[in-house]
Amino acid sequence: MTSKPDRGLVEFNSEECKGCGLCVEACPPKVLRLSEQLNHYGYHTAEYLGAGCTGCGICFFACPEPGGIAVLRREVAA
Amino acid sequence: MGSFTLTHERPDCFYDRFERKSELQHQTHYCPGCGHGIVHKLLAEAIDGLGVQDRTILVSPVGCSVFGYYYFDVGNVQAAHGRAPAVATALKRSLPDKIVVAYQGDGDLGAIGTAEIVHAANRGEAITVIFVNNGIYGMTGGQMAPTTPLGKKTATTPFGRDALNEGYPLHICELLASLEAPVFLERVGLGNNKQIMGAAKVLRKAMENQVKGLGFSLVEVLSPCPTIWKMDPVEAQRFVREEMAAVFGIGNYRDRTATATPRPARPAPPKLEELPGILGLGNGDRDRLPCGETSAVDYRIRVAGFGGQGVLMLGEVLAEAGLDAGYHVSWLPSYGPEMRSGTSNCHVRLSSRPIDSPLVSQPNVLLALNEPSLHKFLPGVEPGGIVLYNGDAIPEGCGRGDVRMVALPFTRIADQIGVSKAANIVILGALLEATDLVENEQATAALHKLVKSPKWFDIDVQAMERGREEMRKTTMPVSDDYLWGV
Repeated sequence: MTSKPDRGLVEFNSEECKGCGLCVEACPPKVLRLSEQLNHYGYHTAEYLGAGCTGCGICFFACPEPGGIAVLRREVAA
Repeated sequence: MGSFTLTHERPDCFYDRFERKSELQHQTHYCPGCGHGIVHKLLAEAIDGLGVQDRTILVSPVGCSVFGYYYFDVGNVQAAHGRAPAVATALKRSLPDKIVVAYQGDGDLGAIGTAEIVHAANRGEAITVIFVNNGIYGMTGGQMAPTTPLGKKTATTPFGRDALNEGYPLHICELLASLEAPVFLERVGLGNNKQIMGAAKVLRKAMENQVKGLGFSLVEVLSPCPTIWKMDPVEAQRFVREEMAAVFGIGNYRDRTATATPRPARPAPPKLEELPGILGLGNGDRDRLPCGETSAVDYRIRVAGFGGQGVLMLGEVLAEAGLDAGYHVSWLPSYGPEMRSGTSNCHVRLSSRPIDSPLVSQPNVLLALNEPSLHKFLPGVEPGGIVLYNGDAIPEGCGRGDVRMVALPFTRIADQIGVSKAANIVILGALLEATDLVENEQATAALHKLVKSPKWFDIDVQAMERGREEMRKTTMPVSDDYLWGV
């Protein structure tokens, strides 16, 4: 059991994703993958494995679509 | 679970929906893995970060990124192929407070627009240029670009680019770094995380330079084109990182931002009413603009001869005098590269109505200063027109019954007053005698304006008078039958 919660969270807009896979390549902790499922347009869109995101935001910059990815960070208690 | 806050989300300066077409308004038209999408995002982040969305003007190019104006919620102008730096120059000079960004690809900036970028950089225009270099023509289907690496097969280099045949890859940053004016030149890549984050920083700096008013900044971005390079996006990223970056060195080529001072504001341009004075036209000229009160006439004059005979000058005098007489006028010279000899001719129109075209293909006045000109232009003369030919007689086989033809040895007449070069003005005198084209005073005033030397002005006045005399002596009837209305 992990003692520390994940620092970040990544959200995909599967309607914008074209399945290029650059975010999967870019992700430092390797917590992204291309889905087995196809989206409405026929792309295997990227998805989050569900754990391990650090909130670094690299995937956001690597993604060519304006709103394909949003990254969140856990608020640190003061 | 705890609470999360958004740290990276869709930049504000993109439109919420892209209304390029009725469907797919939520995504760009770029291929999966295209570098343009990443550059767009980095640029959008820079604009948002600097808080200049409301005063940014993006100049979109021709190429894959032609639709930039559908994505960026800023001021948008789309330029002709390669001309973005010229358009950006105009925008920045007329709206100096705006942040003007020229966004171009390598076909646009490095091929058809090479002259524009070199000169905009050389003038140090205070614009930001984003140069997306993917090493090939994308939109048109994979033709070789000036930036294509050696040996690469493309649609137009099926055996691979060969330096002997297609030259070497063009290094724009290095080329511009040989100029004095640019403030900031840097090449970045999109080949991995480190390069992308570096590119984000450099793009922001290039934008910031303009916010500070510093001068010309250009960022060259080595960018993947998976579709045309026939690679998957990850492989195309490797291609940028390993192959493109090996040809085009990533790094800074000019950074004078620490020492550059903001470019001073340009002095205000002169007021409209000051222009005649600046151009030495005198203040009375504005009163003589066409007023439409003259009777309906349309003189379509062709003056032709060899270079050095004063063909263009004669046309100018006619146009200037016509302006003085209240006509709409046009003067269109047509000549070869030679300053002397060679053929030379001009189209002149004097009309009581606005002139639709300055071209005169069917003249009603032909002034032929030599025989080849007569042969060439006589067939086009309108029936009822007048032809003045510089010679003793109309050459055999050149006659036309439906036009008035006068042959006079104008050059010899000019010789008699001692200056054979004044033959053109002798012809002017003859033409004024034969027609009521303009008044004598108007022609004299035109000569006064165009002939700077008092000595030559006196000779020309004399030449014009001799032309009139010689014309009066001809046995040809001077009749209104030959006058032409509109």
